[in-house]
Amino acid sequence: MQDLDRLKSELVASIEAADTLEALEALRVSVLGKKGRVSLMMRELGGMAPEERKTAGQALNLVKDAVAAAIDIRNAALSSAALDARLAAEAIDVSLPVRPETEARLHPLSRTIEEVVAIFAEMGFSVAEGPDIESDYYNFTALNIPEEHPARQEHDTFYLSPDSDGRRKVLRTHTSPVQIRTMEAAEPPIRIIVPGRTYRSDHDATHSPMFHQCEGLVIGDGIHMGHLKGCLIDFCRAFFGVDDLPVRFRPSYFPFTEPSAEVDIGCTRDGGGLKIGMGDDWLEILGSGMVNPRVLANCGYDPEKYQGFAFGMGIERIAMLKYGIPDLRTFYDSDLRWMRHYGFLPFDAPSVHAGLAGGGV
Amino acid sequence: MKFTRGWLLDHLETDHALDEILDALPMLGLEVESIDDPAKRLAAFTIAEVMSAEQHPDADRLRVCMVNTGSGDPVQVVCGAPNARAGMKGVFAPAGSYVPGIDLVLKAGNIRGQDSNGMLCSEREMMISDEHDGIIELAADAPVGESFAAYVGLDDPVIEIAITPNRADCLGVRGVARDLAAAGYGTLKPVDTSAHEGSFESPLRWSIDLDGAEHLAPLVTGIAFHGVKNGPSPDWMARRLEAIGQRPISALVDITNYVMFDLGRPLHAFDIAKIEGDSLFIRQAKGGEQFHALNEKTYDLDAGMLVIGDDHGVDDLAGVMGGERTGISDSTNEMFMEIAVFDPISIATTGRKLNLNSDARYRFERGLDSESPHWAAGHVARLVLEICGGEASMPVTAGPGVDWQRSIFLSSNKVESLSGMIIDAAEQQHILEALGFTVSAADGGVNVEPPTWRGDIDGAADLVEEIARIRGFDHLPMAHLPRGDVVAKPSLSPAQARLFRLRRALAGRGLMEAVTFSFLSEDDAARFDGGAENLKLVNPISADLSVMRPSILPNLLAATVRNQDRGEADAAMFEVGPVFLGDAPEDQRTAATGIRHGNMAPREWHGSGRQIDVFDARADAEAALAALGVKLGAVQVQSGGAGWFHPGRRGQLVQGRTVLASFGEIHPEIADAYGLRGRIAGFEIHIDDVPMPKSKGPARALLSLSVYQPVTRDFAFIVDSGVTAGDLLKAVKSGAGPLLTDMQLFDLYEGANIGDGKKSVAVSITLTPTKATLTEEEIEKISAEIVKIAGKNCGATLRG
Repeated sequence: MQDLDRLKSELVASIEAADTLEALEALRVSVLGKKGRVSLMMRELGGMAPEERKTAGQALNLVKDAVAAAIDIRNAALSSAALDARLAAEAIDVSLPVRPETEARLHPLSRTIEEVVAIFAEMGFSVAEGPDIESDYYNFTALNIPEEHPARQEHDTFYLSPDSDGRRKVLRTHTSPVQIRTMEAAEPPIRIIVPGRTYRSDHDATHSPMFHQCEGLVIGDGIHMGHLKGCLIDFCRAFFGVDDLPVRFRPSYFPFTEPSAEVDIGCTRDGGGLKIGMGDDWLEILGSGMVNPRVLANCGYDPEKYQGFAFGMGIERIAMLKYGIPDLRTFYDSDLRWMRHYGFLPFDAPSVHAGLAGGGV
Repeated sequence: MKFTRGWLLDHLETDHALDEILDALPMLGLEVESIDDPAKRLAAFTIAEVMSAEQHPDADRLRVCMVNTGSGDPVQVVCGAPNARAGMKGVFAPAGSYVPGIDLVLKAGNIRGQDSNGMLCSEREMMISDEHDGIIELAADAPVGESFAAYVGLDDPVIEIAITPNRADCLGVRGVARDLAAAGYGTLKPVDTSAHEGSFESPLRWSIDLDGAEHLAPLVTGIAFHGVKNGPSPDWMARRLEAIGQRPISALVDITNYVMFDLGRPLHAFDIAKIEGDSLFIRQAKGGEQFHALNEKTYDLDAGMLVIGDDHGVDDLAGVMGGERTGISDSTNEMFMEIAVFDPISIATTGRKLNLNSDARYRFERGLDSESPHWAAGHVARLVLEICGGEASMPVTAGPGVDWQRSIFLSSNKVESLSGMIIDAAEQQHILEALGFTVSAADGGVNVEPPTWRGDIDGAADLVEEIARIRGFDHLPMAHLPRGDVVAKPSLSPAQARLFRLRRALAGRGLMEAVTFSFLSEDDAARFDGGAENLKLVNPISADLSVMRPSILPNLLAATVRNQDRGEADAAMFEVGPVFLGDAPEDQRTAATGIRHGNMAPREWHGSGRQIDVFDARADAEAALAALGVKLGAVQVQSGGAGWFHPGRRGQLVQGRTVLASFGEIHPEIADAYGLRGRIAGFEIHIDDVPMPKSKGPARALLSLSVYQPVTRDFAFIVDSGVTAGDLLKAVKSGAGPLLTDMQLFDLYEGANIGDGKKSVAVSITLTPTKATLTEEEIEKISAEIVKIAGKNCGATLRG
């Protein structure tokens, strides 16, 4: 028995002295493995007399259990130390820069168009389209702007080379031709908006040869100028996010509407900056009016039966006003610095329920 | 259209302050563009007397003046003007006042040891003329201390308004006054339009030789004057003309201008002594005729242009500009005044063809008062006689007259049904009459006759506008549009909605959204198969913007160069917009086009930066198609494509025979032409050719998930170099059969140890069983099938 006690102490001492997991494993094999010292001693028990075997077996099991327990303890200690060492080795300077992200933005124009679409969707409008290269008829004549009318001269029209018959197409000077195309193709009631590219041969700080407009057309039963007023006030207040935004209607002239009105919104210019809202000054943002009976007749509508209103606004203008973009020309320059600054996150979709203010930037 | 307050008050009796009138004008449709009150601008400038002017002790050209400003002690001013001298009266600006001509606020200062506390001003310094030879000298009796502006009559504010093309009647001050009076801002004063009894027969008569085109000159009147004395205009007239930016010339010329701005009635004066013969012929120009205009330019006239001539030739381009030869001079004493109405379209056409603009043309082409030759004759005669003396002839008139009378029915509910405003019948009538309309009762409404000066009034809607604007658009009711659906329907069609989705998808991949012009240069167009004759602009703004774009790529390339020049070489951009294959509506296509230039990422320590290549462009194109609803499994990649791509690094994504997208690295020659330094790849999605996904409703197909273990196997094939990866993968896919759930090409190798003209392609497949775990035999069978088909279709063998 004394031998076994000595063996136990000796084994436990060597286990406790093992300094690596590998050495410990080697020790385990040499003691408890198939051919380990304790395993071999267990095998010798078979040759003993039953009484002797019982006593010796119990004693040997005590040794085996003690050794196994010592291995577990040492194993835990060594594993923990190994983990600590690995963690220490793997430490890194987390202030190093991350991998570059590719972050891109949507253009303020498509953002603004989406906002306009979202608001008019609430009022039951759908989006219509038409070609950028228009015939003289759709761009002018059908809209009650005859050939030599002074209003036509004010349009600064781009002309395309004449065809063999001498007819020359134009780049549409406004989105209004889509009024005609829509009325020719559909019966009332009509509620459409037409965001799109428009062109005028003018290029300076406040004019671009290409810009964007959004046309609107409403034809239906009992639609009068009060509806025009309500619709556009509702739009302006929603778009600029100012519930008490003053909106003013001023008589004006467009050949395709009668009566016609320019629409101004209130603003202040105190302290150098422009602020949309209640104030002492006005900003013109829209042209509008009741569809001229001659235009209705040109589309095959009976002006005695149908009436409605139309409006048109500059997308760049309202985007500049809302988002504080100072220079029109920068919209088309594709300057990455400008796009990063004035662009919108692609996942920040404008909607009436989540808001139209572009808050995610 | 400019006028002064004093001029307006000639026609309008009013108690309303100028500010109220300025607020009222835009609400009548007469937009105020500017208001210039010289009295305010010049408020700091007062009349002063120079008491002494001594030589500056330390400066040859300066004098030290003591100035009596009319209040307080005399002020010392150092002045460099050669005419500054004791006893003169001049204009003084004290320290602290703003001097517009030098754009400075004066400060009290010290000039070479002498205090200077203000300034004696020249006309240029006050911005009233270019005169700067010396300081202003006023008359000896000019009242010291009084406002300079008031003393010289510069205290009449100038108002500029924009006139819309329909309001020709407001191209004269009287028309503006009429609108204001109708809106309750005063009373329109009468103007004497009675005839003037002439005292002799005109030596000239009209001869209308229009031969079937009589509508071009429906009404002309002329009055001859003799014994007139031409000289400077009276002060009041010269000052008003100057105030609105017109240079006074001589009394007779100024009268024609004054009446044009006062009554909207252009006139033309001939010097009778210079007219050959006794007739003024109103006729159409013959081809090849020349005309020397008052602006000292010579014009080649087209046949058919309306002119007035004598036996010698053309003397007046009717309604546009008078002629030089028979114009008024300072020595004119026999004059013939033409007061005519011509066809507006003819005037507009002639003016536009000759690119000849004038205040007269502007009014003629917008439409004059149809009866004005009748009512203006007496007024003009009296004005000439009053200012220039002499005698006037009996008027000579020709032409059939203008058929201006018409009656428009205004039903009693029209105003309310169109404007929504409730205005009682009496007020409607009152407004119309105040504007000069004649109103008479009719069944169910009124008949309305527009006045001679309102050629723009076309129908009942115009009458509603007149009534509504005079009543005030502020009174329009606010009515919300009736809402059909409580929950709004989508406003975008599926085809429109997917474009917004596409933009988000591309921006989400790191491509910045650009918006570029629809036109570009001929060179750009030619490089991208564009530039057809019918897509060229006749009047481009510049040669760089002269052809409709056949592709968005050139614009993005140009934008990339601009960014490169700003130090941003790594650019990724896209645009969704129109491209033009022809000038018909169906030739306008929508393209989504993108480019990536330089590196995917900047140089950085992780090493993720690498050069852009064709696969970046293809990845973008595939992502774009997916966003448009295309199932990529049904899309084939084929090599080839447009010539602006690198011939060995370009391809197309096709579905059946339809090319949905093209991609590739940009041809090095093209990239060089734009000055691009890095590698650049791009893609073009032909959106109109991308079919809309078939809608089967919002519900997805039922998901069935396998419970069995998926199996992965790798194959290393040796194929000829010319065999495409696409074909090999297609073969593998076909061999793997329906259990294939994933396939990756994970290694590509070409090298000496596999032989020339060969390459090794390693493919990993994942099979997911659906009914039971795959046995080794089943896997072997599928593997054998894969090897067999790859061998048959692509000549592939397994690498040993």
